[in-house]
Amino acid sequence: MSQDKATLDAKTVAKIAHLARIKVPEEEQAHLADELNKLLGWVEQLGEVDTNGVEPMTSVAAQTLRRRADQVTDGGYPDAVVLNATDAAEHFFSVPKVVE
Amino acid sequence: MTNLTHLSMSEALDGLKKKEFTAVELTEAYVKAVEAARPLNAFITETPEIALDQAKASDARYGAGTNGPMDGMPLGIKDLFCTKGVLTTAASHILDGFKPAYESSITANLFRDGAVMLGKLNLDEFAMGSANITSYYGPVLNPWTGKDPAAAERKLVPGGSSGGSAASVSGRFAIAATGTDTGGSIRQPASFTGIVGLKPTYGRCSRWGTIAFASSLDQAGPMTRTVRDAAIMLQSMAGFDPKDSTSVDMPVPDFQAALTGDIRGLRVGIPKEYRVEGMPAEIERVWQQGIEWLKAAGAVPVEISLPHTKYALATYYVVAPAECSSNLARYDGVRFGLRVEGKDLQEMYENTRGEGFGKEVRRRIMIGTYVLSAGYYDAYYLKAQKVRARIAEDFAKAYEQCDVILTPTAPSTAFAIGEKQDDPISMYLNDVFTVPASLAGLPGISVPAGLAADGLPLGLQILGRPFDEVTLLRVAGVMEQAAGAQPLPPFCR
Repeated sequence: MSQDKATLDAKTVAKIAHLARIKVPEEEQAHLADELNKLLGWVEQLGEVDTNGVEPMTSVAAQTLRRRADQVTDGGYPDAVVLNATDAAEHFFSVPKVVE
Repeated sequence: MTNLTHLSMSEALDGLKKKEFTAVELTEAYVKAVEAARPLNAFITETPEIALDQAKASDARYGAGTNGPMDGMPLGIKDLFCTKGVLTTAASHILDGFKPAYESSITANLFRDGAVMLGKLNLDEFAMGSANITSYYGPVLNPWTGKDPAAAERKLVPGGSSGGSAASVSGRFAIAATGTDTGGSIRQPASFTGIVGLKPTYGRCSRWGTIAFASSLDQAGPMTRTVRDAAIMLQSMAGFDPKDSTSVDMPVPDFQAALTGDIRGLRVGIPKEYRVEGMPAEIERVWQQGIEWLKAAGAVPVEISLPHTKYALATYYVVAPAECSSNLARYDGVRFGLRVEGKDLQEMYENTRGEGFGKEVRRRIMIGTYVLSAGYYDAYYLKAQKVRARIAEDFAKAYEQCDVILTPTAPSTAFAIGEKQDDPISMYLNDVFTVPASLAGLPGISVPAGLAADGLPLGLQILGRPFDEVTLLRVAGVMEQAAGAQPLPPFCR
């Protein structure tokens, strides 16, 4: 199959984990790399299918997305919006400091 | 008095209309059954107070003659549907304490028609799994144990991801339940527990307020004890919803009227590619039996070919993780659910998601992130979308020669907790017969077809044309009739 498929090593796994914002402890990275490689190796079989000239299928619904009038139809209930926040101040979500 | 929890939904509705019992009596019987079934771990949250309040209101409506089509029916709700003010977890640690401020369109439709909620049912975490073993709240047990005396000791899975739904309906502690199906999560557990499970056409039921796994595949549907009950419940669940951009704006037919029993001349496609290598002889036998049943009722079996079948699972395991990695990006510890602190915002995200997601969910998010990442998008994701188009095209061509398709629902009966866990791919193979239709967005139903030699239930799957649930239900009704009365699971005896 195509050249651009790499075998994942622990370093790549760490990079993917960071992209996905999931903490994966270093001692689990090698094992996870094995698992992911097995899965990716298995999906390589898709390379056998001739897909020349085939349009990628993005949705099963043979419809164009509906449009609606550009009007406010919802909202005005900040209490409900922050109802489940771990840390809400007034009607804001609080997070650790981002800018020094 | 008859055992109220053993009535089908249509029988219970008749009983309520004839005032043979009240909605409160029916709900009380179910609340007791739910308590007695706790060892099966099917419910994450029980809501007996809500149920009894709803039942009282239902009795008032029966008194006033304003009762709805599902009035007083005690349902289990898969814990993937947001329920206003009631803990909604998706069976994940990351949604700890989440009580939605809104109601999903599906549950809102069911409540509009008078349904009663017994509680929120266990599932695979974020509906990712085929055995209900990835739940943060622990596995669900199948009410079926099989013939083998040792099997009674072996705890069997109910299938997944709608495992709690399947167990509660089969075990007679919910009259019916909502399920969701992304790659087989309604149909496969229905087969494993001897009930009816219907996945409607993509777009038939609103996805609004249902926690998303893979948005181009997810579809809600009924899990019931009879085909008629599936028709009744789908009637309430289905319909256009402007809040879901993929909900289809078309009339909903009368599903119960479909159950005429007349399938004379109907062409039933038998896909040759579904005779997979290593398939147990029992599955083949039940499939053959199904063909004979439909033939005896006047249908005409036609051999068809779905040449890209063998690529469906690999396609699914690119497309679904890709969509899940995007959908699950919202769980970041800021707006709801679990938060695990870190030294800065990035670390808080990573800690929260590292601790909040289970192993299978993490694996799928990682695969999805990888196949969508720069440099790999074309080779994996785009390629899978193109193969998906091929698979859908296979079905479109097949439906030029047939009206419905008959296949086994799953390649085995229920297995024990702990089996098929060595590597993810052996677990994924459970969905080999259900995934292709999911990719094509087609409706499918699993109907109980009796017991296999091991004493466990097996289902047969009927697939239909897009939005032709009517024909699907008609054929399912004939199959149910031919299969005859199904035994109760050992748990209920």
